[in-house]
Amino acid sequence: MRKCYFDHVATNPLHPEALEAMMPYFKEEFGNPLSIYEYGSRAKKAIEEAREKVAGLVKAKPAEIIFTASGAEANNFALRGIALAKQNEGKHIVVSRMEHHSILNSARFLEKSGFVVTYLPVDKKGFVDPAAVKKAITKETVLISVTHASSEVGTIEPLKEIVKVAKEHNVLVHTDAVAAVGNIPVDVKDLGVDLLSMAAHQFYGPKGAGALFIKQGLRIVPLIYGGIQETGRRAGTENVPAIVGMGKAAELAQKELQGRMDYLRPLRDRIINTMSGAKNVFLTGDSENRLPGHVSFCVEFIEGEALLLLLASKGIFSASGSACSSKALKASPVLLSMGVPAGLAQGSIVFSLGMGNTPEDVDYLLEEFPVVIKRLRDISPFAQGWGDKEEGGECTVKK
Amino acid sequence: MYSEKVMDHFTNPRNVGDMEDADGVGIEGNPTCGDTMKISIKVKDNRIVDAKFKTFGCGSAIAVSSMVTEMVKGKTLEEAMAISKEAVADALDGLPPQKMHCSNLGADALRKAIEDYKSRQNK
Repeated sequence: MRKCYFDHVATNPLHPEALEAMMPYFKEEFGNPLSIYEYGSRAKKAIEEAREKVAGLVKAKPAEIIFTASGAEANNFALRGIALAKQNEGKHIVVSRMEHHSILNSARFLEKSGFVVTYLPVDKKGFVDPAAVKKAITKETVLISVTHASSEVGTIEPLKEIVKVAKEHNVLVHTDAVAAVGNIPVDVKDLGVDLLSMAAHQFYGPKGAGALFIKQGLRIVPLIYGGIQETGRRAGTENVPAIVGMGKAAELAQKELQGRMDYLRPLRDRIINTMSGAKNVFLTGDSENRLPGHVSFCVEFIEGEALLLLLASKGIFSASGSACSSKALKASPVLLSMGVPAGLAQGSIVFSLGMGNTPEDVDYLLEEFPVVIKRLRDISPFAQGWGDKEEGGECTVKK
Repeated sequence: MYSEKVMDHFTNPRNVGDMEDADGVGIEGNPTCGDTMKISIKVKDNRIVDAKFKTFGCGSAIAVSSMVTEMVKGKTLEEAMAISKEAVADALDGLPPQKMHCSNLGADALRKAIEDYKSRQNK
């Protein structure tokens, strides 16, 4: 059976060249970068070369890149680190409703610690309105965090305009660019952001490696205290192989970015254009300002986990924001924030394409997807409409 | 994540459909939460002789519905009323803990169908 991995927002396979670059650091080059003899200096050199490559990918200076263990850590670091560093200037932060849990839960932690958080609404395509940012800013605001691009609906946010508004009020801007870096051009200078998070496994690098761009001169409180690694801003012996792999993946992403976008966009658009014509299938997010390999739909009258599992039984691997497919059994807050009705949000399905996918994979998806939809709709009691169950009311779990 | 039996009933569900001449119909659940089950039964001499289902929901919800319609056929109304959620889950070789309550609505929908049958008899 054909295997089509369409879940690149979950993770990407490791690029063979990144693996090759990493291998010596699992074996003979095992040194601790802090050691002052040759094992240490070679490991240190490898990390600094990786830093240059990661910096190059987002047009930053190497000294502005701090390695972390994940995108989530970078997001935690940015929010908590800046909030704590700036708390004497104000205790208000602004985040959007499009954010990843690592932003939202950090914001909730800060709320419990005495900060006030404003959650920005989004429109039906998932865009944050810069005017809403302006409205949210108070004299107390120290940080605004808006994602660069949503992994759930693919929407690329108007970050430059948001930064412009923030700068008029002298407020720092962080962006979670985990889904964006390596997939679209990201230039920290052009965007004007002060902090930016990324994760290596989103651009064919290894898991266990992320980074936070921190604009030169910006003071931040560390998340992890200890030794002097990462100029004292992130203690802990460096994960040298993962960092080296991230560097190689960044180098490749920078070199191949245009080619990757040119390859993925037509595949994406073919799925969107073909399926948009199908009955009761709705595109979520924007069709233009969208990540190159990202396709997301809500399919009415059927449930996303069932859709995902039936597709998986045919060798097609995808994601869903439905309540049943989440461990927390809650429908995607992103979809609900965009105004997608709760019943329709249950039919969420996300296909995220990568460089390993072929046009034949897309043919296969377009052949099987309608078959699976029909099968589940034939089982659904709502095939003719929601009837009186449309707004459903309160959701209570029976025990 | 799911047992083989759950996957079998999910990918090859038994007794899918509506029943035009149903003697009782029960609907349980709510699409806002993700799961809604509709069970139709045919009753003869106090016994359920046929059962069909339609379900909006996840893999386990569909498997539960399929299993309940299988379990109930040939049972007296009293025996059918006594089918518990746990019995349905056991027949499927278990459900993941988080699915035990929200997706395991088959027994409830069945009881509603039996109550519907009884209320029709009393008319």
